Amino acid sequence: MSLLDVTGLTIRYGDNTVVDGVDLFVERGESVGLVGESGSGKTQSALAILGLLPRRARVSGSIEFDDRQILGASERELDTLRARRIGMVFQDPMQALNPYLRVGAQLRQILVRHGLAQGREADASVVAMLARVGLPDPERQFRAYPHEMSGGIRQRAMLAAALIADPDLLIADEPTTALDVTVQAQILELLEEIRDDTALLLITHDLGIIAGHCEHMIVLERGRVVDAGPTTAVFAAPGHPHTRRLIEVAPRVDRGEPLAAVAGKTVLSVDGAVVDYDELRAVSDVGFALRTGETLAVVGESGSGKSSLAGALLGLVPMSGGRVVYAGAALAPAVRKRALAVRRDLQLVFQDPVGALNPQQRVAAIVAEPLLVHEPGLGRSRRRSRVVTALEQVGLGEEYLRRYPHELSGGQAQRVAIARALILGPKVLVCDEAVAALDGSVRKQVLELLRRVQAETGLSLIFISHDLAVVRTIAHRVLVMYMGRLVEFGDSERLFTAPRHPYTRALLAAVPVPDPVAGPRGAPLGGEVASLLDPPPGCVFHPRCPLAESRCGIEPPKARDLDGVRVACHLA
Amino acid sequence: MSRTIKVSVSFLAAVALVAVLGPWFSPNEYQATNFDGVLQPPALGGLHLFGTDDLGRDLFVRTLMGVRVTLVVALVASLVSLLIGVAYGAIAGMLGGRVDALMMRFVDTLYAIPFIFIVILLMVAFERNFLLIFVAIGAINWLDMARIVRGQTLSLREREFVQAARLIGVGTPGIIRRHIAPNLIGIVVVYLTLTIPQAILVESFLSFLGLGVQEPETSLGSLVNAGVAQMEGASWVLLIPAGLLALILLAFNFLGDGLRDYFDARQSP
Repeated sequence: MSLLDVTGLTIRYGDNTVVDGVDLFVERGESVGLVGESGSGKTQSALAILGLLPRRARVSGSIEFDDRQILGASERELDTLRARRIGMVFQDPMQALNPYLRVGAQLRQILVRHGLAQGREADASVVAMLARVGLPDPERQFRAYPHEMSGGIRQRAMLAAALIADPDLLIADEPTTALDVTVQAQILELLEEIRDDTALLLITHDLGIIAGHCEHMIVLERGRVVDAGPTTAVFAAPGHPHTRRLIEVAPRVDRGEPLAAVAGKTVLSVDGAVVDYDELRAVSDVGFALRTGETLAVVGESGSGKSSLAGALLGLVPMSGGRVVYAGAALAPAVRKRALAVRRDLQLVFQDPVGALNPQQRVAAIVAEPLLVHEPGLGRSRRRSRVVTALEQVGLGEEYLRRYPHELSGGQAQRVAIARALILGPKVLVCDEAVAALDGSVRKQVLELLRRVQAETGLSLIFISHDLAVVRTIAHRVLVMYMGRLVEFGDSERLFTAPRHPYTRALLAAVPVPDPVAGPRGAPLGGEVASLLDPPPGCVFHPRCPLAESRCGIEPPKARDLDGVRVACHLA
Repeated sequence: MSRTIKVSVSFLAAVALVAVLGPWFSPNEYQATNFDGVLQPPALGGLHLFGTDDLGRDLFVRTLMGVRVTLVVALVASLVSLLIGVAYGAIAGMLGGRVDALMMRFVDTLYAIPFIFIVILLMVAFERNFLLIFVAIGAINWLDMARIVRGQTLSLREREFVQAARLIGVGTPGIIRRHIAPNLIGIVVVYLTLTIPQAILVESFLSFLGLGVQEPETSLGSLVNAGVAQMEGASWVLLIPAGLLALILLAFNFLGDGLRDYFDARQSP
């Protein structure tokens, strides 16, 4: 018998069926991936297995764990089952750990509560467990509070908590989604390493993670299983069109011809930009020149300063040094002081599509707002027809005019935001993680939309992203940042095929590839991004750099031009 | 619109309507005394629907007059707090920085003054004055409103749709008009429906202490005060106005809850 045997699981909220007849099996020691887009019911299924659904959920079907029916089991039975037999890792470790308790105490209480260890012995097992998940200085981490840990360390501690009672099954729900890509690679590797004979049910939206870490996979679409089987078989011959589409729209960082650079005139340039937030220097001396009709991607992990750089060039974040030159003239640092003609030409699309739209305005009013400011003489009917044209440009019909933002899906809301940004015909559009919150197929549509508009209008795009796989599909040139500094800047062709900087190489290797037969692509980078409040001396990357020499820790590297690529590394 | 909203609005509308029109159709005058018929119990179909008080005055008409006064006091006081509070809070939140700090410290200072105490002193020192009650209650309530509106404005100001408007080139007045104000309406309306019962309570409290409106004028608070004296022999003189007061307060509170849910639905995706 399977360790976990779920048959015909159905979950309803009122008339809304979120999970509809799901079957899934996990054998002992096996790793199974559960993949699907948002709303596919993957998290609901996991919560049902743990008995953690809210009371108003109506659940039917059967969930057998180790030959015991656990659907409808008493809270007490479930309590013993969870933690002792089934471990759980959530997406956000900050939410899952109690901020008022030391991490060691939280792990310890699992052992004590279930009578697995007492007193000193319990403390010792906790410290040993923290060491096993690779925490530096486990004695000290034992006494740390969750907020004193970085994101990666915290997720390691969560993993320790999930595994400390040596469960038979570990359920991990998007365990690395909130983490940077290099840290994600570490956590996934660790997960493989330490789970031994613990079976794994890994829930994710990322086919790359499934391909690299799961033996079996199950694909969910709107609450139903549409595909299931060994990972290599499903990838080789997907049985359902939905699976085929998921695989097709998943961008690959290791394949595909990068776009050739565009030879255009400079439309906007940034020289020596510096952004300070009190003590903290978020951007140090970064510059670039954006060409007409090109997409320039700015890439980096959290804290790299990519969004601050975008904010500075738009005038939303004060710059403490450097300048932005547009149409031959230096721009005022604050957007309020910039001429209307300039503001019309530089527009922004935000990451959170819903937050960027006023909840009290209808789509018609949202998209028309730029016209009110820049073309106040326009009559009501002319304005309306311009709004309809702008919506058509992003693929939305007239029926959307009267909708409110909460009546739109994420993809639709992002299209509305893009329509608002494009209605004045800007010259430069900054997309700040504009597709990060979208599902695969919607993301692909939005990227195609941006490319089409660019081809039609010669728009220049600054594409801020943490996702190199997406960047590969859209960027002509790429600027890589680390801790506020320029690391490498060059044509996509070059950067993706022959990266010069060790950080760029590590970043490329860390992106999961949605292909189970792709070989390993280099060891993941150790450590995490240092604090900007206390940057390392010399090259800021040297503590994590696999090639670092003694001078890297003393002398900060200057950015140099090497065969048309700008690199800041002593060893490049 | 939820059922909570519909039921509480209908109830309040009905009470207000009866309070406004009822006294005209009643054969009794609210100030007419009748020492031959003191403390008559309530009688359905009789001359005195709610009975009479210790001076033989018709309690039905007096209760309706009390509701009128109570509602007017509450509405006017809430309106005063609405106007001052929203303007003050929105300006502080929008300007931010030192101006905001100064304005809010002033509010903190006013908080430290025991207003009820001062109002009582004023009322004792001067003539008892209807207008003074409005001013007193409004002066207490606008402080809360200002704080709430300022907090909301501060957070709205940083929202992405406001930044987007700024990038487009919308000026500060346009941002306040199109983006800040419409998003404040929800919270202001909700808070207002919760301020009204507060104002009613303060008014009742002052009247109960005998510092409210002057006899033979009355309010629900004064009626409750008078009823307490008759509690043992003629409980209806206390229970009828007290019950109505409780029902009105409940209706306003339910209305506030219902409105909050209604506005929340649009706020969340």
